[in-house]
Amino acid sequence: MIPGSFSYHSPATVEEAVGLLAELGDDARPLAGGHSLLPMMKLRLAPLEHLVDLRKIDALKGIKDEGGTLVIGAMTTQAELLASDVIAGQCPIIQETAALIADPQVRYVGTLGGNVANGDPANDMPGLMQCLDASYQLTGKGGSREVKARDFYEGAFFTALQEGEILTAVKVPVPPAGHGYAYEKLKRKIGDYATAAAAVVLTLAGGSCKSASIALTNVGETPLYAAEASAALVGSSLDKAAVDQAVSLAGAITAPASAGRGPTHYRTKMAGVMLRRAIQRAHERAAG
Amino acid sequence: MSDAAQKTDGEKIEDREANLKGIGCSRKRTEDARFIQGKGNYVDDVKLPGMLFGDFVRSPYGHARIKSIDTSKALAVPGVKAVLTAADLKPLSLHYMPTLAGDVQAVLAEEKVLFQNQEVAFVVAEDRYIAADAAELVEVDYEELPVLVDPFKSMEPDAPLLREDIKDKTEGAHGARKHYNHIFTWEVGEKEETDAAFDKAEVTIKELISYQRVHPSPMETCASVASMDKIKGELTVYGTFQAPHVVRTVTSLLSGIPEHKIHVIAPDIGGGFGNKVGVYPGYVCSIVASIVLGVPVKWVEDRMENLSATAFARDYHMTAELAATKDGKITGLRAHVLADHGAFDACADPTKWPAGFFNICTGSYDIPTAHVAVDGVYTNKAPGGVAYRCSFRVTEASYMIERAMDILAKKLGMDPVELRLKNFIQPQQFPYQSALGWEYDSGDYPTAMKKAMEKTHYDALRAEQKEKREAFARGETRELMGIGVAFFTEIVGAGPTRNCDILGVGMFDSCEIRIHPTGAAIARLGTKSQGQGHETTYAQILATEIGISADDIMIEEGDTDTAPYGLGTYGSRSTPVAGAAAARVGRKIRDKAKKIAAHLLEVGEDDLEFEVDRFKVKGLPEKQKTMKEVAWAAYNNLPEGMEPGLEAVDYYDPPNMTYPFGAYICVIDIDADTGVSMIRKFYALDDCGTRINPMIIEGQVHGGLTEAFGIAMGQEIYYDEGGNVMGASLMDYFVPTAVETPEWETDFTVTPSPHHPIGAKGVGESPNVGGVSAFSNAVNDAFAHLDVTHIQMPHDHWRTWKVCEKLGLTG
Ligand SMILES: Cc1cc2nc3c(=O)[nH]c(=O)nc-3n(C[C@H](O)[C@H](O)[C@H](O)COP(=O)(O)OP(=O)(O)OC[C@H]3O[C@@H](n4cnc5c(N)ncnc54)[C@H](O)[C@@H]3O)c2cc1C
Repeated sequence: MIPGSFSYHSPATVEEAVGLLAELGDDARPLAGGHSLLPMMKLRLAPLEHLVDLRKIDALKGIKDEGGTLVIGAMTTQAELLASDVIAGQCPIIQETAALIADPQVRYVGTLGGNVANGDPANDMPGLMQCLDASYQLTGKGGSREVKARDFYEGAFFTALQEGEILTAVKVPVPPAGHGYAYEKLKRKIGDYATAAAAVVLTLAGGSCKSASIALTNVGETPLYAAEASAALVGSSLDKAAVDQAVSLAGAITAPASAGRGPTHYRTKMAGVMLRRAIQRAHERAAG
Repeated sequence: MSDAAQKTDGEKIEDREANLKGIGCSRKRTEDARFIQGKGNYVDDVKLPGMLFGDFVRSPYGHARIKSIDTSKALAVPGVKAVLTAADLKPLSLHYMPTLAGDVQAVLAEEKVLFQNQEVAFVVAEDRYIAADAAELVEVDYEELPVLVDPFKSMEPDAPLLREDIKDKTEGAHGARKHYNHIFTWEVGEKEETDAAFDKAEVTIKELISYQRVHPSPMETCASVASMDKIKGELTVYGTFQAPHVVRTVTSLLSGIPEHKIHVIAPDIGGGFGNKVGVYPGYVCSIVASIVLGVPVKWVEDRMENLSATAFARDYHMTAELAATKDGKITGLRAHVLADHGAFDACADPTKWPAGFFNICTGSYDIPTAHVAVDGVYTNKAPGGVAYRCSFRVTEASYMIERAMDILAKKLGMDPVELRLKNFIQPQQFPYQSALGWEYDSGDYPTAMKKAMEKTHYDALRAEQKEKREAFARGETRELMGIGVAFFTEIVGAGPTRNCDILGVGMFDSCEIRIHPTGAAIARLGTKSQGQGHETTYAQILATEIGISADDIMIEEGDTDTAPYGLGTYGSRSTPVAGAAAARVGRKIRDKAKKIAAHLLEVGEDDLEFEVDRFKVKGLPEKQKTMKEVAWAAYNNLPEGMEPGLEAVDYYDPPNMTYPFGAYICVIDIDADTGVSMIRKFYALDDCGTRINPMIIEGQVHGGLTEAFGIAMGQEIYYDEGGNVMGASLMDYFVPTAVETPEWETDFTVTPSPHHPIGAKGVGESPNVGGVSAFSNAVNDAFAHLDVTHIQMPHDHWRTWKVCEKLGLTG
């Protein structure tokens, strides 16, 4: 539990940060809240020589509503998400999810950018961002590009983030007024990652489901956007048959590892239970 | 109130009693002032000039031959002072060390590694970081060997041979060995008589009840700082020691340093729960490194090392059988235990008890005949087998009988409480001789059980359960309700020296007190608090016995130079043994004080009576001397021929153990769709005899129940087939937070121990002993109406869900 030695850099601007990353190459990593990175360094799983701390870069902070899109700076902490009136008003599922991450101490320093850039399928925000169809703004020495959360994750700890790039902001399309939502997470205790979790956002029109979006956390190598399961709900009255169908389609795309949280079979089943509960709560909220 | 009125009030007997803060007072814990301000002094706080740091190179394999070790790259790192391997320790005969159980344990692996994370080399460097960097550079060439993790396969004819060092030893420390992976067989009871009871029985049950491998996981991990003064030839060792004097004696025997030149100091300890009873390679290596290098050397374990390499608990696989009549009178108990001790037998039990006090497994019941056999075996797992917040193997024993009682109740179609009431040892049977050889000192089990039933509205709970089961069947709820009943009897306070010793030293304990001229005092004891609140409670015993305020008595433990010899704190022995010594020391002081008071008051001793804090002349109450006045006189005005001072020491050898007991009831609701359970209610009635500090008792019960909850509902140190230890971090190892922890309702009855000077029995471990059974019985009870006999622990989400799935209950 003692990390190897490293040098520490603290740039003040995005330009400086990407410059440093380009210069230092492979052995450098951005440091955000450090609550995923430092544990890995302590296990000596991630040998690295340079940490480029993003904390002093003001441009990476803040939450803005840019007319239908929420632009959240990468260095926004989970605690700041929980305290934001903008998030509470426009996209409360982000708060529901943030409140289920770790514990208050971790949430005070852990950032949204770090959570989604980390590439760990156990993180909660990536699945949620897929559900919300968010995009990530990635900036490198050569400029910026946007990648959808649904396209960003390639494997456990493998993402579309290129060497030398940092994730500067998360852009979330504001869900329509009156949408129903829920994030359901099964965990063993406070501070634990999900055994399985499901994010659901849906809208109703005249008693039937007009749109639906479903994503799953920690039941595969990456977060899983469940396109077919989402489609199965649309047009239905969210009756048992439609929900059963969605649960079964979602279950089919899972491939959780057998681990302390339970064997593969159990975790797949739990993804289904979480999804069923999330749909029910989202439905109640949309109807209510 | 006028000053005058206050003054007379101050003399009131109740006020004087209150001022004493003696036995029965919920006095705030004096030690907490430093703990809650972060001012404790733990081993890692010890910083000596020139101190170096050690770190281990550990085995990545569960079983492998060491072909070579190359330390050259590590030694080349600037700041590295030494790298110790078995080759360095062997000339000193320190590559193996004796264990408390009569085996030896490798300090650093010589030819083979026998469990994952076993200590292979010890790197000593100028700081912790350099040591960790250099440890990575030690190159060890291993040849993997077949791994044995399943204790049930240990004694198969072609099982891998683990202990080459003792392969030809046919006699172990506890008799003949049946197989090269066999450690001992321990038998107790009447076999033929028991077999006959089973042959005649109307009803029998038989079940394999496993208690998984868990770890005490104290908040502070194990650590030591050794400092050899080569000029004086003196060794000082600070360490996380639950039994510092034993460590001193063992260190002297191993190192050859005379015992008076060894100073062992256990400073504040952040929890032990059995984990800090034994001697670990880290302690030995820090000592050897300090002897070799002549400067202080510190070793501090990290969390993963603690969970995977220092002593585990349980790993008992118990096949329990009960014989009974049709109407539920138990006629016999038979049990066989397969005990997985890991790679070395480093079990921490009194020398003659290789399976601890497992023969308490007849529990609280009047069982006429019984027979128990325990086989200890080696596997490729970390050594240990300590009493995790219980007396030696008592939680295992209690768990077995309490599960077996429920299984029998189910088979008989009886309520679990009814079966218990029917078989309890009755109050008039005490002192009670159990079929397996113990003499229970005192108890009133039916009263405790009935009080628990009343307080929890037990009958109403059963009625609610019946309704809920019907509602579940109708599809109106997805919850299964379970009611767990456990009635335990502990056996604590080891122990009489006639049958309890550690490496030949009898398990007495001690207290020494010096009363200063102003009537303030310092008392020292041979035990060592790890959070139990000794500084508070021992002072209360002394306050009541002597008649000076607990606030005026300082308690000190843990420094072997100043404290009288004692055997340490574990197995709830502090109050039963050292607490008794404290009471007796107080009485010795009072005897001398009485003589001095008689002299001061110019009356005969028989004319005096003691009242709270003073001696009064009978019939002349205004003629009196307070203990403070007597203390002053002890230094200047003594009866003719009496030696000055007011000091006493007492070494107490208890005539018997004490037998705390309790009735616990747990109500649980299980979500059949996820296996998640919610503890709705937990009622704990404890009878620990005389209650010294009710607040501390309640705190101890809360802590023990929380650990029991962790064990029953999730803790497990699990090894995969390759010998990899899984879950050895707090991410996976279930240590509940305040959020998961249920709310506890505590209660009590008081049945004093007849042989203890103040009637106290010890309580710190009872909640772990009774709690695990109550949780597990509750989970099992939730399924008792269905086709399930016994569900193995831990009752975590997925295992519970699997039961639901198998029964077709999942949605
Ligand atoms: C006890 C505990 C429990 C936890 N439980 C949960 C949980 O239940 N759910 C959950 O989701 N998380 C959990 N976490 C993880 C926590 O949320 C982390 O804070 C989060 O995963 C990473 O965010 P960070 O800001 O700490 O990033 P860091 O740890 O600093 O970085 C994580 C990774 O992302 C990279 N990175 C960070 N920021 C950027 C950026 N802007 N651009 C490019 N790369 C970047 C880093 O280089 C690193 O590889 C837990 C952590 C702990 C310690």
